[in-house]
Amino acid sequence: MTDQVMKGIPGRRDQSTGRVALRAFMRNRMAVLGSMLLCGIVVCAVFAPWIAPHDPLTMKLTHMFEAPGSAGHLLGTDNFGRDILSRLIYGSRISLTVGLVVVGIAATIGSILGLLSGFYGGAVDTIVMRLVDVLYSFPFLILAIAVMAVLGPSIYNVMMVLGLVSWPLYARLVRASVLSLREAPFVEASRAIGAGSLRLMFRQIMPNCISPVLVSAAMGMATAILSTAALGFLGLGVQPPTPEWGTMLSEGKDFIRRAPYMITYPGFAIMLVVLSLNFIGDGLRDALDPRTTHQR
Amino acid sequence: MTAYIVRRILVSVPVILGVTFVVFALVHFAPGDAVRIMLASERVTPEMAAQLRAYYGLDNPWYTQYFSYLGNLLRGDLGTSVTSRLPVSQSILRRFPNTLQLTFASLIVALVIAIPVGILSATRRNSLLDYLSLTTAMVGVSMPNFWLGLLLLLWLGLQHRLLPIWGIGSLSNGLWDVIRHLIMPSITLGTSLAALLTRLTRASMLEVLSQDYVSTARAKGLAERIVQYKHALRNAIIPVITAAGLQFGALLGGAVIVESIFAWPGMGRLAYEAIQQRDLPTIQGTTLVFAVSFVLVTLVVDMLYVLVDPRIRYD
Repeated sequence: MTDQVMKGIPGRRDQSTGRVALRAFMRNRMAVLGSMLLCGIVVCAVFAPWIAPHDPLTMKLTHMFEAPGSAGHLLGTDNFGRDILSRLIYGSRISLTVGLVVVGIAATIGSILGLLSGFYGGAVDTIVMRLVDVLYSFPFLILAIAVMAVLGPSIYNVMMVLGLVSWPLYARLVRASVLSLREAPFVEASRAIGAGSLRLMFRQIMPNCISPVLVSAAMGMATAILSTAALGFLGLGVQPPTPEWGTMLSEGKDFIRRAPYMITYPGFAIMLVVLSLNFIGDGLRDALDPRTTHQR
Repeated sequence: MTAYIVRRILVSVPVILGVTFVVFALVHFAPGDAVRIMLASERVTPEMAAQLRAYYGLDNPWYTQYFSYLGNLLRGDLGTSVTSRLPVSQSILRRFPNTLQLTFASLIVALVIAIPVGILSATRRNSLLDYLSLTTAMVGVSMPNFWLGLLLLLWLGLQHRLLPIWGIGSLSNGLWDVIRHLIMPSITLGTSLAALLTRLTRASMLEVLSQDYVSTARAKGLAERIVQYKHALRNAIIPVITAAGLQFGALLGGAVIVESIFAWPGMGRLAYEAIQQRDLPTIQGTTLVFAVSFVLVTLVVDMLYVLVDPRIRYD
């Protein structure tokens, strides 16, 4: 895709790779759609108190199970008479925060360990990679569920556990890039003029490993949001009455006959966020790496 | 070949050891006291707690405890459930076949959807059908399986009463009974894998179709159908099968959720119930069995890969 972009603008060689990537990204209709959707959700999260028509926690037992579209409640009310739309809007805060924190933890730990592992090789590499192998042998959600079951449910545990369980992906990616960059001429040159290990790692090599990490971060955030909701659904995540989408679904499943909208809307919200992040991740990958095809 | 297989098996030994250690550490190094976590709901005097600790060997140093845990594992002893007082291994053995049934059905659902759609998408690249299948696949990957499960349950189970909403079928009631019970859970579990594999089949097919030997086949005048299905597909399918095997872990993770929705009497539901009841030995046992089965499946996939694709040799 980058090639096409370059051909499309003859005689302009001063384009930075960032700009080329941005253009490629903007050409991907789905990625743009995803970005717009995500922006909308971010706006909802940031301005929740002004956008939400009701307080997400206020119970009105006289207004239980009001159908969607009834007066003042666009998406209806739940089993405690709480406004579902308001709860969804506030819920976006939790999902986005958890997604960001989880990816932050995982990408930081993973990148640093991957960097050390690839740069130093030897014993460091062996230890880190065996640890990665062991963590990879657990089905992701199973490990998260097991740790949450032991630690007990809370939003902080969710973020910590998902972060600590998902770093191996980033470690592998960064290590692979480091291995190919370690002997690259510009690194050799830097080494020759006396750059120390830290400088080589963080100033020379790391910036060149960013693109795969960025792509995985977008998709990792999608996975984190899905997993948070899954944990919430199992009763291991964010606890009621906090309006977390997975927890809302879990509460709704007990009233599936009476108020099916209690499950349809939260699930749709989860899907929308995850979908937009996946579109963005896809777009980023195509934009940042012209070699990849649509594969995952 | 034999050397590779032997080495591959040897490599999995430390991995499985690592897995056992993580499962052990899960409970052992968890903040708080295992006895207290198990008995959180009951009043325990310090003396009783001390007695329990001595009974479970929890007052020994951690490495002693780990080795005795390993020793027990080798003897097939996964501990005793705190709630049912039955050996954990016994409950797992009883439930494991049901989980296998569900995961294999889901795998089949995924492959049956993914391969034809992926091929069509690749051979009609950039057509409306291609865009449609890619977008649907993206939606499928992004859809939470518990949501899909509840929607199916609501629509097919409760509103239209087409399918049973819970439990497993029995062969004594005929094959249809088994299939009927499998439909909703396996679609729920298989959808995101189907979506993922559709994208992969398409990508893999496109890559193979652009290779020289495919052009040669076309140039010598073979019908496009034969080129696509006989020449290209054989190579394109290999990464898809591998990915399907490697995604087995995701299926196992999803099984906990899907089995809890449809009251499927498998290992996932066992784990779910254990979580609800703070039954640590059962949580440990199911986690371990899930992880070890995943390691073994990965091992088998790796070996099949070498058998299927003669171009690959690991020396």
